Amino acid sequence: MSTTITIKNLTKRFGKVVALDNVSLVIEPETFVTLLGPSGCGKTTLLRCVAGLEDPDGGEIYIGDKLVFSYDKGITLPAGKRDMGLVFQNYALWPHMKVDKNITFALEIQKLSKEEMQKRVKDSLAEVKMEGYEDRYPREMSGGQQQRIALARMLAYRPKVFLMDEPLSNLDARLRMDMRAELKRLHHISGATTIYVTHDQVEALTMSTKIAVMKEGVLQQLDTPDVVYHYPANLFVADFIGNPKVNLLDGVVSGKNSVDIGPFKITIDNINATGKVVVSIRPEDIAISPQPVPGAVEFSAYSVLPSGADSTIIARLGDVELTIKVMGISKIKMDDKIWLKFNSDTLNLYDKESGNLVVSRK
Amino acid sequence: MTNPAISQQPLSLKMLAASRRFLHWLTSIRVILSLIMLVLMFVMVIIPLYSLVKTTVTWSQHDLTRVPDAKVGGLTIFHWVRMLTGVIGRIYTYTPLQHSMTVAIGATLLALVIGGALAWLVVRTDMPGRRIINQLAVLPYIMPSWTLAQAWLVLFKNRLSGGTPGLFEYVVGQAPPNWLSYGPVPIIICSALHYYTFFFLFVSAALMSIDSNLEEAGDLMGASRGRILRKITFPLVLPAILSGVIMTFTKVMGTFGGPNILGVRVRYYVVATMLRGSLAAVEKGDAFVLAIVLILFAITTISLNQRLVGTRRSYETIGGRGFVAQLSRLGKMKHLLQTAVIIFQILVIAIPIGLLLYDTFMLIDGNFSLSNLTLQHWIGPRNTVYNHGEPGVLRNPIIYSAAGNSIKLALWTAFSTAILGVILGYAIVKGRGTRLSKLVEQLAFIPYVIPGIAFGAVYIAMFARKLGPIPPLYGTFALLVIVSVAKHIPFSSRSGVSAMMQVGRELEEAGIVAGASVWQRFRRIIFPLTTSGFMSGFLLTFITTMRELSLIILLVTPSTQLLASQTMQYTENGDGQEANAVIIILITIVVAGNFIIGRFSKGGSLQKGLGM
Repeated sequence: MSTTITIKNLTKRFGKVVALDNVSLVIEPETFVTLLGPSGCGKTTLLRCVAGLEDPDGGEIYIGDKLVFSYDKGITLPAGKRDMGLVFQNYALWPHMKVDKNITFALEIQKLSKEEMQKRVKDSLAEVKMEGYEDRYPREMSGGQQQRIALARMLAYRPKVFLMDEPLSNLDARLRMDMRAELKRLHHISGATTIYVTHDQVEALTMSTKIAVMKEGVLQQLDTPDVVYHYPANLFVADFIGNPKVNLLDGVVSGKNSVDIGPFKITIDNINATGKVVVSIRPEDIAISPQPVPGAVEFSAYSVLPSGADSTIIARLGDVELTIKVMGISKIKMDDKIWLKFNSDTLNLYDKESGNLVVSRK
Repeated sequence: MTNPAISQQPLSLKMLAASRRFLHWLTSIRVILSLIMLVLMFVMVIIPLYSLVKTTVTWSQHDLTRVPDAKVGGLTIFHWVRMLTGVIGRIYTYTPLQHSMTVAIGATLLALVIGGALAWLVVRTDMPGRRIINQLAVLPYIMPSWTLAQAWLVLFKNRLSGGTPGLFEYVVGQAPPNWLSYGPVPIIICSALHYYTFFFLFVSAALMSIDSNLEEAGDLMGASRGRILRKITFPLVLPAILSGVIMTFTKVMGTFGGPNILGVRVRYYVVATMLRGSLAAVEKGDAFVLAIVLILFAITTISLNQRLVGTRRSYETIGGRGFVAQLSRLGKMKHLLQTAVIIFQILVIAIPIGLLLYDTFMLIDGNFSLSNLTLQHWIGPRNTVYNHGEPGVLRNPIIYSAAGNSIKLALWTAFSTAILGVILGYAIVKGRGTRLSKLVEQLAFIPYVIPGIAFGAVYIAMFARKLGPIPPLYGTFALLVIVSVAKHIPFSSRSGVSAMMQVGRELEEAGIVAGASVWQRFRRIIFPLTTSGFMSGFLLTFITTMRELSLIILLVTPSTQLLASQTMQYTENGDGQEANAVIIILITIVVAGNFIIGRFSKGGSLQKGLGM
């Protein structure tokens, strides 16, 4: 069960709207790749193109060595022949079939024997911990249970590739956490190449081998969660990933090692850029102190938001506002004076004009 | 795209790829079905319309007797000039058109008031007995549209136009005035009492889907009840009212039965009756001008209507969730209104049927005394004194053959229409947003705006002669099926679309990804999930076809006689009791059919059949 998916220059238009703009990416065997982006970024369209439910307007798709779609060669392999499983956002369980029929539908098409089908139903229900639910109709189960059945239905016909379109977005927060763990486990056991669509950056960070961030039909960055989080390729990715949001400070390069933010300067090593730039600082990378510290800048605490395991502090200095995240319940009170210190190693510098990363500590 | 290696490939390869892509598009099931539907609608609607227009602008053999130097087959505006100018224009075109408009507008307004008020009472008030009233309210729609006209005649006909007196004159001893017996007043009332069901169904569906929070919000702001009704509720049901107006208006414009029974005796001709009369009397080219005028008038009125209220249609997506509506309290009016509604329902259902039934038991028409009662018209033997020598209807082979034809036609039409509905629904819904889908949807709407009688005329124009591989179909049963199916295309498309909308596209896509073929997807996913829509379409079509008259009156021949046309023939012969006996039989069959189909339909209903 190891298949590479290669997408080359894929383009898809809906009328005048360009849903996918020349997207190329390679999905390595056995990886869990997440397509991440805000709604309308083209992530679902990309998934549907791979599944064969949408005909692109340009480009090629390979599954393994097999060319399943090529605009320029006029090749389109029907969805049913691509050996993929798809889990839909709203589960798409057939409401008029019981659970076992839902699961055996594809197996009957594959003309499996009765015994084999029975075994597959049992095994796949066991895999999603839903043993004994064979005789239920979809409407007789909760959303979370339906979700598991939808997964079981896909697992039962053992596709080479798993495709999942926001499968957890209709579940409540608690259930979503549980299912994330289950899904990750499932991928770990089966090793099937998986493409997973989500708009939830936490989901992407927690589950993926690699994250593909998309915006307006264009692939912004494809890399491991670690790299995408710590070295976002551009301002969009930096801004989209992370909670609380990254701090983005407008500034002007004022020397080889210094960026002028306005009220203060930030030291960054080896700047090879000039003019207007944006400095990005993750909220957890700012050191906060209630007393003056050498090299720190004095701010005042505008708002303090403790949330149990950590606290978020909004600090202000003139026009500059920073979000800081500290562990535990913070002792800082609103309107306290605080001193913030930036670690040069954790800063990224972006060109203001293009939004692209110019200096990183990588 | 930007890959230089590929854009440099030779032209022949590019052509090959392009044709492969085209083939892929062409063989997708949605496109195939759309194209089949386009061809079908082209043959069933567009070509007949073209043929109708062509007949009016072509010299015919018959014209030689009037214009000796006419070139047979050549183009001419002769028919148009003849029918639209001078005395002939006035008699044949303008006066009937004026009458049709009067009747259509009058009936539409009256139907709107009755249907709207009834819908509001049933859906939005605490009037007792709402459930049963709701069920009875659609009954008049099940009866043939001219049932009420016949009953009116039994009650109010006078001897002024020759013939026998009605119950009114028999009891009161005074002949009712002509304006009450015949002409526009009874036609409007009888049509409205039949067609108010459209408004009732549309408006109650709309009222049911309005979240009463919207009204409560107005209530909290201190608006009076009348103001809320006017400013909030009314605009929200406006699209439903508009649908009702369009439907009723075109129906009445093209309706034949009522005006034929109540108008012709006093020479109150509407376009539909004039069209039929003139088809026999004058040349086809002339008569078809009338049909076109009727169609154009219907289209103009509808588009005007839509222009006026058009943008509001977007409200139609509101709700659909079945809110628990806050019911208006009627207070003391409650029982008064309930009584009024019950009286109304007795007036439009029980009394007409009672009158017709009583009429069939009268040996001599117009004598309402008990001594005149007989079963002659039901089971009497052949007797030259009665009914021009035809035996009682239950012993009459003509009736059995007509009943057989009617049932056969209704079943064929209902079945074909239901199938078309699934296909049209699939083609339109799966292609949402594409030009092809829009084209299919728009073409499917055309028969909607062609009044029934004109549709019949269209079909005579086309199928009276051989047409390519199609033999002349005039006089065949097949033609009746084709015209009935064609006329029902808008309904099947509407109900098909709404049934298909219920099936989320993921449900089919899950089947596609699982490797199911088109046939497997239809058989195992789409058909089972659209059964109730399918059955509703079947039910609606069965009922409307069973009692359709305007559409087929021009197309039936003695061998293809139907119950509906048979009643009309008896009425025209002056055999009223025989005609009414046939109407009773017809209603019995429709009600039985309604019951049987309803039994097996798994939630199918008239409402769903109308695309709601």
